[in-house]
Amino acid sequence: MTMTELAVASHRRRLVDKTLYAGNARSVMWRGWRVASRTHYGIMISGFFEPVFYLLSLGIGLGGLVGVVAAPDGREIPYAAFIAPALLATSAMNGAIYDSTWNVFFKLNYSKLYDGMLATRLGPLDVALGEIGIALARGAVYAGGFMIVMTVLGLNMSWWALAALPATVLIAFGFASLGMAVTSYMKTFQQMDWINFVLLPMFLLSATFYPLSVYPQLVQWFIQAMPLWHAVELVRSLTTGVVHLGLLWHVLYFTVLSVIGIRFTTARLRALFLT
Amino acid sequence: MLRATDLVKTYGEKCAVDGIDFEVPAGESFGLLGPNGAGKSTTMRMVGAVSTRTSGELEILGLDPNDYGPEIRSQLGVVPQADNLDVDLRVRDNLLVYGRYFGLDRKIVARRADELLEFAQLSDRKTARVDDLSGGMKRRLTIARALINEPAMLLLDEPTTGLDPQARHILWDRLFQLKERGITLILTTHYMDEAEQLCDRLIVVDEGKIMAEGSPANLIRQYSSREVLEVRFGTEHNANAAKRLEGLGDRMELLPDRILIYAPDGETVLNQVIATGLEPITSLVRRSSLEDVFLRLTGRSLIE
Repeated sequence: MTMTELAVASHRRRLVDKTLYAGNARSVMWRGWRVASRTHYGIMISGFFEPVFYLLSLGIGLGGLVGVVAAPDGREIPYAAFIAPALLATSAMNGAIYDSTWNVFFKLNYSKLYDGMLATRLGPLDVALGEIGIALARGAVYAGGFMIVMTVLGLNMSWWALAALPATVLIAFGFASLGMAVTSYMKTFQQMDWINFVLLPMFLLSATFYPLSVYPQLVQWFIQAMPLWHAVELVRSLTTGVVHLGLLWHVLYFTVLSVIGIRFTTARLRALFLT
Repeated sequence: MLRATDLVKTYGEKCAVDGIDFEVPAGESFGLLGPNGAGKSTTMRMVGAVSTRTSGELEILGLDPNDYGPEIRSQLGVVPQADNLDVDLRVRDNLLVYGRYFGLDRKIVARRADELLEFAQLSDRKTARVDDLSGGMKRRLTIARALINEPAMLLLDEPTTGLDPQARHILWDRLFQLKERGITLILTTHYMDEAEQLCDRLIVVDEGKIMAEGSPANLIRQYSSREVLEVRFGTEHNANAAKRLEGLGDRMELLPDRILIYAPDGETVLNQVIATGLEPITSLVRRSSLEDVFLRLTGRSLIE
């Protein structure tokens, strides 16, 4: 590279960073907070209760028939303690998905909120980070609430369960950025329904209610590629106290997912609003 | 303050803005007048640093928007054509939150929000829902919001389209106050009266090109006569009547519903019309307006 090319390249890089990000994602989060603190408590609460009902019906109800199952290390644990961490991961996912899909879809296509934001000093990365931050916060609140339910029911088998809280934040981050990235490409309600079409089987089949070993090898590989499986494995290992270095793979998975999601969201917002 | 040189914006095959030049000094109130689809909004988006030009040069507040988008946007106030107020937030919160997008301190934003609500005559609607406001109130709130960062330049894209006459006059009054304070106003409109009220200078745009440039009074002087006589003979008879009236006044325009005759003195021409033995159903003598300028330049009405 010649000196001129270097200068041009560094010039370009500076431009991209500066035009994409004003370092003010918190103002977007602040808006989300102002809105959330005034509206839709009903919707918020329903999203939290869904996994709680699963825990009560399947964990306590069905659990009476199932009895004990094997923890990740082979130890025998009550069925409820087996599915509770999976539902904790799901609850983080639900909270994150709720804000980052339907809410974002509405703002993108109907309320023109991002038009207004991007006419200010804010760049698309500020908007993406702020919106994902709000979705993540909701996921974390759901997960925190569910954690309390688990503790009350005595389903945390280890002090490592405390580490499940930051883990759920990371999980929510991953799902929120993935959700917003996918939503930014959606144009119609029909397309949005596809998100639910993917989420429900993922929830039921990601080793949530029974171990992965019931599947043939090929299906196992497929499930292991799904984000919720990584979330379930990570959280289950922590709440049952089976901690090993292999868990870092799950952390890496969600870190990569978050970064990819933010990159796509930012690029898409830029293409949509700063043409 | 603002300088465009051979500015072009194409979307695929379509050329929305086709090489326009203009320059706006600080403190001037500058208008883009033209029919729908003339390229006004596209120009405004480029001037607002949210749309990149295809070619040509553009300098906003001394900066190139390709390199300094955020810096430019932080010194602009934008009133878009369609309201994009935050419907999830109450009236005052709209201002607070918007101010925070500029990275302004919460206390400063709170103080300015109250001043601007006063200015927009919305102080008694602080906690109202945005959806409960009338069209005129929403526009005033949008203008207040655009002023929260104390911009050097305010961009207004058809600020009074869709408002009733009273709401328009309130809005014009507010905008005139801003003009008096020395804020540079850039506005698009397809209303002649609006351009005449608010613009020191304007360009007439059609199909992405500048047709004429000047102050409203100069444009009228240059492209029209002092007065216009409008006569109607009924839709079926206008064309025949126009043939018989040829030669009267400086110039004549035949429209589907009426005939326009341009002359320094409309009453004299009206007497001449009656002297030919034709009896118009209605007749009206009025001052020339920018509408006539536009008709002269493009052969078409401004509002179809």
